[in-house]
Amino acid sequence: MNNTKVTDASLVRDYLEGNENALGTLISRHQQRIYSFIYSKVYDKDISEDIFQDTFIKVIRTLKRGKYNEEGKFLPWVMRIAHNLVIDHFRRNKRMPKFDNSGDFNIFSVLSDGNHNAETQIIKEQIESDVQELIKELPEDQLEVLTMRIYKDMSFKEISDRTGVSINTALGRMRYALINLRKIIEKRNLILTN
Amino acid sequence: MGKLYFKKSSKEAKNVQPQPAKETIEFLLNYSKALEVVEYRNMKFETLLN
Repeated sequence: MNNTKVTDASLVRDYLEGNENALGTLISRHQQRIYSFIYSKVYDKDISEDIFQDTFIKVIRTLKRGKYNEEGKFLPWVMRIAHNLVIDHFRRNKRMPKFDNSGDFNIFSVLSDGNHNAETQIIKEQIESDVQELIKELPEDQLEVLTMRIYKDMSFKEISDRTGVSINTALGRMRYALINLRKIIEKRNLILTN
Repeated sequence: MGKLYFKKSSKEAKNVQPQPAKETIEFLLNYSKALEVVEYRNMKFETLLN
């Protein structure tokens, strides 16, 4: 009961002066809110646990290194750290999709070599040649940017240098190229998936 | 049929607020006790005492 009277700022000060119990009070005071916030984003108990732990490891390290300077705003500061770690988590997972082994285990999902069989290979080639025909209907400037980006794998910086327009213009042309391509596909009722 | 609409368990589940595990809290408190930052000139070194 006594904990509620002590402010976060003074608990942080106590902790910085070596009172380890102050950290326990801070954690127990805010754990519910921080953990719920993390859980509401990731919907996974184990991941929430990891992010919660990483959040406070960062808090502890920052405090002990004397880098904390947001006196009186402890909770928003911790929430921001948690928020950033949640974003990191999603970024990492996007880059390296994990193998989800929950549910029934399907050995073929691991053994598949990713190659197309004869049928899908033919369909793929057909789609590619259709798309190559379709893009010829695009305006010259859009066709140029799209070809450089998709077929020559050039960056927008390189495209900008090559074509003599700004990066933003190149991006805009690419955007309109894709929009127009979709319109052409819709107009012709084409299905370009295998 | 009545049982299909009986939602007591889900209400109870809603009341349970998600909490971090006790072990996690214990770990953090122990980590804090073990962590020491040593300052040398302009540099700061972290040491973990077991």
